[in-house]
Amino acid sequence: MRANTWAGRNKVEVRDVPDPKILNKRDAIVRITSTAICGSDLHLVDGYVPTMQEGDVLGHEFMGEVVEVGPGVDPDRLRIGDRVVVPFPIACGACGACAAELYSCCENSNPNAGIAERMFGHPVAGLFGYSHLTGGFAGGQAQYARVPFADVGPLKIESDLTDEQVLFLSDILPTGYMGAEMCDIQSSDVVAVWGAGPVGQFAMDSARVLGAAKVIAIDKEPYRLQMAEQAGHTPVNFEEVDVRSRLLELTGGRGPDKCIDAVGLEATHGSAHIAAYDRLKQAVRLETDRPHALRQAILSCRSGGVVSVIGVYGGLLDKFPAGAWMNRSLTLRTGQCHVQRYMKPLLGRIERGELDPTRIITHRLPLDEAARGFELFKNKQDNCEKVVLKP
Amino acid sequence: MELTATTTIRKPVPEVYAFWRHLENLPTFMAHLEEVRTTGDRTSHWVAGGPFGQNVEWDAEIVVETPDEKIVWRSIADADVPNTGTIRFMPAPDGVSTEVHVVLVYDIPGGVVGKAIAKYFGEEPHQQLDDDLRRLKQVVETGEVVRSDGAPWGKRARKEFPQRPAQPLSDSELVKGADE
Repeated sequence: MRANTWAGRNKVEVRDVPDPKILNKRDAIVRITSTAICGSDLHLVDGYVPTMQEGDVLGHEFMGEVVEVGPGVDPDRLRIGDRVVVPFPIACGACGACAAELYSCCENSNPNAGIAERMFGHPVAGLFGYSHLTGGFAGGQAQYARVPFADVGPLKIESDLTDEQVLFLSDILPTGYMGAEMCDIQSSDVVAVWGAGPVGQFAMDSARVLGAAKVIAIDKEPYRLQMAEQAGHTPVNFEEVDVRSRLLELTGGRGPDKCIDAVGLEATHGSAHIAAYDRLKQAVRLETDRPHALRQAILSCRSGGVVSVIGVYGGLLDKFPAGAWMNRSLTLRTGQCHVQRYMKPLLGRIERGELDPTRIITHRLPLDEAARGFELFKNKQDNCEKVVLKP
Repeated sequence: MELTATTTIRKPVPEVYAFWRHLENLPTFMAHLEEVRTTGDRTSHWVAGGPFGQNVEWDAEIVVETPDEKIVWRSIADADVPNTGTIRFMPAPDGVSTEVHVVLVYDIPGGVVGKAIAKYFGEEPHQQLDDDLRRLKQVVETGEVVRSDGAPWGKRARKEFPQRPAQPLSDSELVKGADE
């Protein structure tokens, strides 16, 4: 089959690889009909996530048709011919974490849990196409994928919704939604979202459906801010204005009640010397993550507010504003999305028209043009917001 | 050399105890064990993969057996590497899970053999037991050891770093299996 692979730093390559095979009894093989490039794929390609290997199949946002099931898959849960969206964390459904609906912390799905434990203190779940630290599972930017614990994760789509309407249930819609849910949004809340990429846009939409009074989008790309504005959110361009002053203006001096970091470890910064400081430290591995968005969110949030982090962090960061966090009674909440927890309720919101995930799609390319898709997305060319690939 | 490790398994104590007490199950998750065969009420014959691809074999007996609480065993006769093991089972505070606490003691001989054994266990011998218990948890909770494209060979995964790429196996790789 054809598959998009990691070919070293800053390089992806679509090549011929063997078709996936059943390796565990509860596996299924899915013929992929739609797949997408995620912002977190850029962290892999940019070389910020360790334990990638040449030839790793990328991709963790995919859906398709079940073409083969292992002998241990419960036929009441999944059969050949089912149309499914596959959640990016692999979860067994049987461990303590899964019982607590903390699917991205599944204790059984990562064969390389020992490495993850050394880096993070405790292991994390297996993820599709996301380094060997998270299991070494081949990803979904391919014609077919092997899906372990197939009777736990995949969501069956039984209505006539299009691929594009449901594809993002695999990751970015639940991720954005969890970012907003962690904020415990009240009807009087102003919610500020750092990053108007795909996850940020969905965090904004989710904050609105959860009842926020006002939602603010912070980014530097005019086309991304315009996209947020068209969806009813208030844009703030951090290259044009001082973010803190603007946020005070927009909130009567209080600061946003709830702040969401939808940027993560490769943030850019309006202040050139601070950006250079972190770029340098990251380059020489004195810190692994550039946390501008997180720092600014903590400093901007009103006292007693919530800072919710859904942007990806991989290792260690520097100059964490612990004083502001502690002295102003802020709550910091975070997590890789527990996608399985949100798929069904969010499918309901899509069916009822409360959320329209298709609004962020700007590019549709054949799988063979994945490398061009990565270029467009990474360099924000041609107003690229979200690339969907067709195998 | 004394190794300790612990894990929590989301199954009731009698089930986890019974799984372990059926000693034939141990090689499904313990990386170094090839086979354990029951030879009597309390005696068993153990076969482990050793240094230089040679198997090491010994007999063992259970010396303490308290159902749903504790099993203690030790090698008997003239084992090359005399060893004892203790496993305790305790209900976890959540009311549904079992805490498993394992202590293994190996009496490693001196000389060339001892060095080879130490090398076989690697720089972090406790890591092997941690991984064994992780796989015990996988087998009891989900039915088998989880495999990925990068680590396709279950309990032999530890020998595979750096791993093969996270890319599906070819038919010949699949047939060849973990033997190479």
